[in-house]
Amino acid sequence: MKIHIKNGRLIDPKTHLDRKADIFVAAGKVAAIGAPPQNFTASHEIDASGLIVCPGLVDLSARLREPGYEYRATLESEMEAAIAGGITSLACPPDTDPPLDEPGLVEMLKYRAMNLNQAHVFPVGALTQGLLGENLTEMAELSDAGCVAFSHAEKPLDNALVMMRAMQYAATFNLPVWLRAQDASLSRIGVAHEGEVATRLGLPGIPTCAETIALSKILRLAEETGARVHICRISSAEGVEMIRQAKKQGLPVTCDVSANHIHLSEIDIGFFDSNCHLIPPLRSIRDRDALKRGLKDGTIDAVCSDHTPVDDDAKLLPFAEAEAGATGLELLLPLVLKWAEESKVPLVDALSRITSRPAEVLGIESGALSPGAAADLCIFAADAYWKIEPRSLKSQGKNTPFLGLEMKGRVKCTLVGGRIVYKANPS
Amino acid sequence: MELPQTRDVLEKLAKDIRIDLSADAVLVGIHTGGAWLAEELHRMLGLSTPLGMLDISFYRDDFERIGLHPEVKPSDIPFDVDGADILLVDDVLYTGRTVRAAINEIFDYGRPARIRLAVLVDRGGRELPIEARFTGIRLDLDENRMIDLLRTDAGGLELRLRPGN
Amino acid sequence: MQGQINKNGELQHLLTIEGLSAAMLHHILDTAESFVSVTEREVKKVPLLRGKAIFNLFFEPSTRTRTTFEIAAKRLSADVINLNISASSQSKGETLLDTVNNLSAMHADMFIVRHAQSGAAHLIANHVAPEIHVINAGDGRHAHPTQALLDMYTIRHFKRDFHELRVAIIGDIMHSRVARSQIHALTTLGVPEVRVIAPKTLLPKGVEHLGVHSYHDMSKGLKDVDVLLMLRLQNERMQGALLPSAQEYFKYYGLTPEKLALAKPDAIVMHPGPMNRGIEIDSAVADGPQSVILPQVTFGIAVRMAVMSILAGS
Repeated sequence: MKIHIKNGRLIDPKTHLDRKADIFVAAGKVAAIGAPPQNFTASHEIDASGLIVCPGLVDLSARLREPGYEYRATLESEMEAAIAGGITSLACPPDTDPPLDEPGLVEMLKYRAMNLNQAHVFPVGALTQGLLGENLTEMAELSDAGCVAFSHAEKPLDNALVMMRAMQYAATFNLPVWLRAQDASLSRIGVAHEGEVATRLGLPGIPTCAETIALSKILRLAEETGARVHICRISSAEGVEMIRQAKKQGLPVTCDVSANHIHLSEIDIGFFDSNCHLIPPLRSIRDRDALKRGLKDGTIDAVCSDHTPVDDDAKLLPFAEAEAGATGLELLLPLVLKWAEESKVPLVDALSRITSRPAEVLGIESGALSPGAAADLCIFAADAYWKIEPRSLKSQGKNTPFLGLEMKGRVKCTLVGGRIVYKANPS
Repeated sequence: MELPQTRDVLEKLAKDIRIDLSADAVLVGIHTGGAWLAEELHRMLGLSTPLGMLDISFYRDDFERIGLHPEVKPSDIPFDVDGADILLVDDVLYTGRTVRAAINEIFDYGRPARIRLAVLVDRGGRELPIEARFTGIRLDLDENRMIDLLRTDAGGLELRLRPGN
Repeated sequence: MQGQINKNGELQHLLTIEGLSAAMLHHILDTAESFVSVTEREVKKVPLLRGKAIFNLFFEPSTRTRTTFEIAAKRLSADVINLNISASSQSKGETLLDTVNNLSAMHADMFIVRHAQSGAAHLIANHVAPEIHVINAGDGRHAHPTQALLDMYTIRHFKRDFHELRVAIIGDIMHSRVARSQIHALTTLGVPEVRVIAPKTLLPKGVEHLGVHSYHDMSKGLKDVDVLLMLRLQNERMQGALLPSAQEYFKYYGLTPEKLALAKPDAIVMHPGPMNRGIEIDSAVADGPQSVILPQVTFGIAVRMAVMSILAGS
């Protein structure tokens, strides 16, 4: 399939390209930008007038709920949601049931995803067997099976010795370790940021020090072991500052934030809105503002959707009993555009946080537009408004704190490997 | 319609009651107009028996429609209702529903020997088989007219006629 | 959404004190005053809620609170149905909202809800049919509005005016829904100084944002106080990482006659019950002349009658 995408505004964060130009796709790759390559006859034309053409988005955390939680969502439904959100590559955490701790499970997931032939799925393997925090997994084997990194998802890993050994072993094979910084003993019964709102509502709190204590342990162990560490879903001002200092000292650490957390704070819980029951908890406005600044100055490398489909039954419960998480794949782009507009970040920089930078964290050759690169593309209307409501979402997860709100920025077309995998209904 | 002087109506009512009042009879006024009237009669008749006050909000039959009255006052019955000779006092007798509620409430305090009713104005329009033993004046009023008793700043009582709502 | 006030500005549900106006609180207390006189009569019953079906929905056992609501409902001539929904029947798969929907189908008019989780009453109120009223009889650590209202009734009864009072809440503020509701009620009614007294392990972070001053030392915190609101210390908190022992707690935070002497001579002592004598309060104080713990119980019925009739009439 030879595709000619014309009249669009091309943005490639990797090369800092931002200009109006046509782009030509052939044999699954970007063939040329500007003028067509010789003897190019398009079999397909896409008119991108008034639209932005950028690399397909890369999401560092999306739960697809397979295996084990198919009643919540299936690979089919969530992959549909991903491409509708312009996401062409996504990493999925290992907290499936069973956890991704065996090569067979990883191969099955990769195989299922490949058959769907939509977005690229990059499994993140379990760091310990069963995510129990005791025995290491066969990381090298898992890596061969397709795991791009190793993590402990949201499961506690308080034993510093196990964490150190896991990092040492991962470092042996130069495998990245992705960790959430949350001390389990300080957060076990907590369901909301320990602060004003939790105190008022009588919700058990998760103190900021649950993040900073865990973070300091992770950073020191990273230094000690030489492991490549990526911090998932940073949530506090203090945490951002610690990462900033670590980077300044030259530690090879990267970090991401959830798209929910750059816009929301504990205040949004209102009177027990269980859609705001998230992990990590929404913290104070001061924390949220620090996350925005950290994202702007590059301390935080990437924004992820932290997509976690939860069915209504699991949300229609008292706040603490409601399952944490929100649907996110289709909100990632609009939420990042909203941040860019509010924080006065140029589009090319903003898009880098969901394209080139997460691609670097993942170590994949995606997230670029240069000729020769894989034609994973996202074409979107930056000014199109749409309302977030259950029927406008393809994901089986319909719960998000943004339900009912109007968002700006809608994906019109998504290409993976030079094929058009998603096209919005003309409206 | 010209209203007669409230004072004259009061005098007439007091006179009627005086003739027929037993020595141990107790007055109970219905909040608010009836309570003022009972106080006034109590004074005019020179009674030394205790004076009671009822707020019938908890006994109204229109709670379903209009809810609880925004200002409920505690009822105050400072005597033993069992065997008492009660003269229930209200300003205006109309449908009879208020008196029904008041009688019900009195029975929740005990079993009186007798209840009689005194009103300043009987304006007709009864919806229940209730009649006053003592009546100041009978007025034939249109459905869309309201009559009620006011208490002036000086403490005097004044009947007032106005368009209904 | 909070949703306890309907579009006419009337009270549709009573879920929390937070957000209610002083006028609304006084209206409830004034109405309760009328019911106090009812409860002193020979027939302690009025026909106001005749034919109404009130469901006591207790997901967390509490004989005492349930009984006071039951008495209040019966004195309003309502039909009361008590349901103790144990954790086990919940774990059989029926969700909280399933249970509520089932009961709604039985033409309930009012739910009195007690639940171990903060926000449970809000969740139910947000999902019941519009003609059903919900009263929060305690949700987790969040709120216990009728308890706070009866406490305010008691304070108003003995102290008349809220505007010159110094009130101290003493004990496990962290886990207490009573304390949270009391704080909202006291600050709304214009009490200029509300203090909370507890060891740091029993004070929630940022409690000062609720408009109170925190103290850790009884001798400082009780000085010149007009009203002492004691809280119950739950058994499970008496040892472990929150407190070393009940004995040490009593020594430093238990209300003894000596400590009470630091407050104003006419200070009153209140407790939501049931009391742990010898742990948070000395018997000499609980049964002493400054204790108004028994009047609290009496007023509690009238306050609950007032809340039920105001809701049913909205």
